[in-house]
Amino acid sequence: MSAERAAPSLRWLEALVLPLANLVLALLLSGLIIRLIGESPLAAFRLMLSGAFGSQEALGYTLYYATNFIFTGLAVAVAFHAGLFNIGAEGQAYIGGLGAGLVCLGLGSLPFWLVAPLAIVAAALFGAGWALVPAWLQARRGSHIVITTIMFNFLASALMTWLLVNILIKPGQQSPETREFAPGTWLPSAHDLLARIGLSFAPSPLNLAFALAIAASALVWLVIWRTRWGYALRVAGKNAAAARYAGISPARVTIAAMLLSGALAGGLGLNELMGAEHRILLDFPGGAGFVGIAVALMGRNNPVGIVISAILFGALYQGGSELSFDMPHVNRDTVVVIQGLVILFCGALENVLKRPLSRLWSR
Amino acid sequence: METYTLIILLLAATIRVATPLVLAALGGLFSERAGVIALGLEGMMLGAAFASAAVAAVSGSAWLGLGAGMAAGVALALLIAVACVTFRGNQVVAAMAVNIVVAGICPMLGLAWFDLGGQTPQLSNPGQRFAEIILPGAHAARSVPVPGLLYAELVSGHSLLVYLAAAIVPAGAWVLYRTRFGLRLRAVGEDPEAVETAGISVAAIRFQAVVISGLLSGIAGTYLATAASSGFARDMTAGKGYLALAAMIFGKWRPFPTLGACLLFAFTDALASRLEGVPLPVVGVIPVQFIVALPYALTVLLLAGFVGKAVAPKSIGVPYAKDK
Amino acid sequence: MNKGETALELRGIDKRFGAVHANRAVSFSVRRGTIHGLIGENGAGKSTLMNIVYGFHPADAGELLVDGRAVAIRSPQDAIAAGIGMVHQHFMLVPNFTVLENLILGAEGGWRLAAGRAKARAAMERIEREHGLSVPLDAVVEDLPVGIQQRVEILKALNRGAEILILDEPTAVLTPQETSQLFELLRRLRDQGRTIILVTHKLKEIMAVTDNVTVMRQGAVVAGVATAATSPQALADEMVGRAVSLEVAKGPAAPGVPLLSVRDLAVRDRKGVPRVKGVSFEVRAGEIVGIAGVAGNGQSELLEAIAGLVEPERGEISVSGRPVNGLDPRERRALGLAHIPEDRLRMGVVAAFPARDNAILGYHDRAGYNRGPFTRPARISGDCARKMSDWDVRPPAPGLRMSLFSGGNQQKLVLAREIDSNPVVLLIGQPTRGVDIGAIEFIHRRLVALRDAGKALLLVSVELDEILGLADRILVMAGGEIVGELSAAEASEEKLGLMMAGIGKAAHG
Repeated sequence: MSAERAAPSLRWLEALVLPLANLVLALLLSGLIIRLIGESPLAAFRLMLSGAFGSQEALGYTLYYATNFIFTGLAVAVAFHAGLFNIGAEGQAYIGGLGAGLVCLGLGSLPFWLVAPLAIVAAALFGAGWALVPAWLQARRGSHIVITTIMFNFLASALMTWLLVNILIKPGQQSPETREFAPGTWLPSAHDLLARIGLSFAPSPLNLAFALAIAASALVWLVIWRTRWGYALRVAGKNAAAARYAGISPARVTIAAMLLSGALAGGLGLNELMGAEHRILLDFPGGAGFVGIAVALMGRNNPVGIVISAILFGALYQGGSELSFDMPHVNRDTVVVIQGLVILFCGALENVLKRPLSRLWSR
Repeated sequence: METYTLIILLLAATIRVATPLVLAALGGLFSERAGVIALGLEGMMLGAAFASAAVAAVSGSAWLGLGAGMAAGVALALLIAVACVTFRGNQVVAAMAVNIVVAGICPMLGLAWFDLGGQTPQLSNPGQRFAEIILPGAHAARSVPVPGLLYAELVSGHSLLVYLAAAIVPAGAWVLYRTRFGLRLRAVGEDPEAVETAGISVAAIRFQAVVISGLLSGIAGTYLATAASSGFARDMTAGKGYLALAAMIFGKWRPFPTLGACLLFAFTDALASRLEGVPLPVVGVIPVQFIVALPYALTVLLLAGFVGKAVAPKSIGVPYAKDK
Repeated sequence: MNKGETALELRGIDKRFGAVHANRAVSFSVRRGTIHGLIGENGAGKSTLMNIVYGFHPADAGELLVDGRAVAIRSPQDAIAAGIGMVHQHFMLVPNFTVLENLILGAEGGWRLAAGRAKARAAMERIEREHGLSVPLDAVVEDLPVGIQQRVEILKALNRGAEILILDEPTAVLTPQETSQLFELLRRLRDQGRTIILVTHKLKEIMAVTDNVTVMRQGAVVAGVATAATSPQALADEMVGRAVSLEVAKGPAAPGVPLLSVRDLAVRDRKGVPRVKGVSFEVRAGEIVGIAGVAGNGQSELLEAIAGLVEPERGEISVSGRPVNGLDPRERRALGLAHIPEDRLRMGVVAAFPARDNAILGYHDRAGYNRGPFTRPARISGDCARKMSDWDVRPPAPGLRMSLFSGGNQQKLVLAREIDSNPVVLLIGQPTRGVDIGAIEFIHRRLVALRDAGKALLLVSVELDEILGLADRILVMAGGEIVGELSAAEASEEKLGLMMAGIGKAAHG
């Protein structure tokens, strides 16, 4: 067998068959666990599916969750291409949202066409800023970025709690939240947007941020695969010695990639705060930064794959919360388990299926 | 006298908070010195907390709970070892996967078994928890002013697992530096190829090291659920596994400095709960979040090389492939 | 124990790595108490074979006999138990452990270290007396010179009771004096009844120290003779499989203006050890300058400093009269300085990328490959296809992942990329390392053609034959300094050897 002929089919195997096989494994195992607690896995998955796609409202929720996961998945993937494991998307999204929220709170009187771009820029800048310190420490001082980004998640959480409890809290209330943003700063919902062109779509938190997430995916694809900067990033990520030889500074790539990664994570704040909650509240990323790891791994760090797996996870989240009405023992926690298993199979155990499958494949 | 009592109580709280950190951090130290990243401490602790609380609640025995906690820690450790050592998967990914699966599966099983919203039943019967051990003469000593209080509050009155944690550090150091296993383990973390050519199985050493980390995290999780509190609650480790990892890094991958770091981090935690809302001279009220964040900030500063230099084991995070 | 004549016998050892047939039914035997040479070109399968003997790789087929008994060796542990010790080309020592800790690792003698340590110390002192091998037991390994580290490796094997000692290319990192010391030690060990297998690709070493020699080519044994009954020429012909001349057909050089000039260049490594100590020279248009020397005498660092990979401590480098200090490798490339690195498969390619992405590495920001902010995939692919057909890279598939090409074909693509960039100055490290014989002549012709086109070539090689064949002028490096210069006409292996030793007498056996 010549290597030439093997190549394209191997690519299909790695891009499609392997992730799907690993997903199936993860779902099978989750089904086993659902079985174990006395529910029917098939019924559960069927309920989940209809809960996620069964109505316009359900679809809206699914895509609304997916928006968060697209942003964090892209954030993880961009860092991954540069050879960096960014576990800090959670904290970067948290701080990025703060940036967007501050603009909305402070400049809420400005017209939407002015305040929205400003808020987007602020979300990106704040998210990037929160990624900058771990990036700089990795690039210049050799500190392990996995550890520093984890630390920065905790630091972000402490900082935000302090800000919300002591500074930004709306006077005269108990729960640590800011006042509501001025309606002029809200990202229009899908319901409103589609109504404007005469389409009816049930009300849901789905908003313009979904379109921004899709645009960000396209942009990331272009930057990574169609610019010399993306080329440099990929070289540095795969082989630092070759990068130095080619005149690419791995340290500079590390910093630039993490800035982009943090900025993308900041996009979550647009969806969550400007699109849905319309205020800053505690822990609004809600673990989406970690879902981003699963999404990036399953999407093989490719924006197209990330969008697809983000929608899949959005469906799991939405379907999972719907499910708990019918099956009280199956809920969000079940989705977290599935998410963990996807990371386990697509990430840590990817070598398990790779060899037997590629042998089978090249027969 | 007032201040003295306060300090003693603060230190006693420090010891209690430090116990799970010390156990987990020492486990992490064994794992990392063998070259396997110990990000899974969080998940192994949480899993053990649930398992121990569930078994203690059902069986009525804290000891059976401890056994279950250790078994859960070891089982999760084995999963990580299979992924990282046998299949040479990415160690960070494997550990994160375990942490996330555990975070979901514990409340899920808890809900299914006990129907208490994901918690385990309160461990209220005496045998279900590791109670505080009052050392002989502690009651009598209380009336003696200075050393008496120290004995009664600081030395006496902790659960068995606290004393175990205190003993485990010198024991761990002894194993690491004075035994054949320790020598091989440290060698694997530095240069696995050299170890393999010396006729020692790298995989076996790494498996053992990861299992030790699971065992110790298992005890740590058991302490959280059956000694520090009375039962399992959702996400009850709340980052303590990562904090233990930070303490181990802060201790530069050495047992006694790691103990010191755990005590320091625990002290900040104890201080934070004491200082909540209390105005201090000069600075006024320190926001509790600043104190909570201190261990993480210190670890970052250490990693940045601003507080001494921490040199990690050289092969850490690198899967070892015999046939390259 | 009754021991036969034959210490080790290999029967029909066969091994494949994917498409590569590394060992083809290899059979030979090694007599007890002899030094047995195993010689062959790079990639002939010697190291694979020895790794099988030492239990690192399982053989696909075949049998190993130690002392006439078949043994199953599945791990280094089995090999050690069978009395086989191995000194690897890259030392297998834990760098931040002491010598003593390294010596006892795997042979601690009990689970408590203290007892094992004391026992090992006593044993070492005895071995020291017997063999005159002294090492500082409490020194940390990474602080020791390579010659001493190698001794630690040998002691490690002896401490485990090795009766058969395999040394894989042991002289690559040694100075000529250290080499002759090593050979003396090997003879002493042989005279005590131990069996030594010396793996090398250097004919001189085979002739100097071995009793018997086995020649391998393309994974198979092609000859096995007593050393006394053969000659270097006969061995060379066997190694290559045909009568070879490493003579390169080329006319006399016509040097023009200096294109590369280096003034008082000094380089320290990361630990602060001076590796290059104030070196000055020029390379002119239309000449090939070769740098000869034992590996590890500063040649690699010199090349990396000129290429811009390491920052020199002091000194000036200029290309076509323009100083390039402070420029990164990409900026130096823009001035016409191309670099074929020594370790091409590590530094010269990104194995996970397709060939087309590798064909622009270092040139990825050139105008031809970009339009505005975007790359031009069609142009990049077409360009790669052209290079592949020019250099006969197989298969000629620009979209194929680099790791799926053979080592020799990956190398060709690197050479194509650098030479095709039409450089003014070309730096080449070990041009034919890991390249098959057929390609060597092709590469040499290309290099000479480049010279004749008026370019300046700086060549670093540890293969004296290659330097002698290609270079018009030869600089000899030892201890980080240039210790001599010879023209091609006056150079000979003997003269170079003398200079490389850095002293006035020949050290090679």
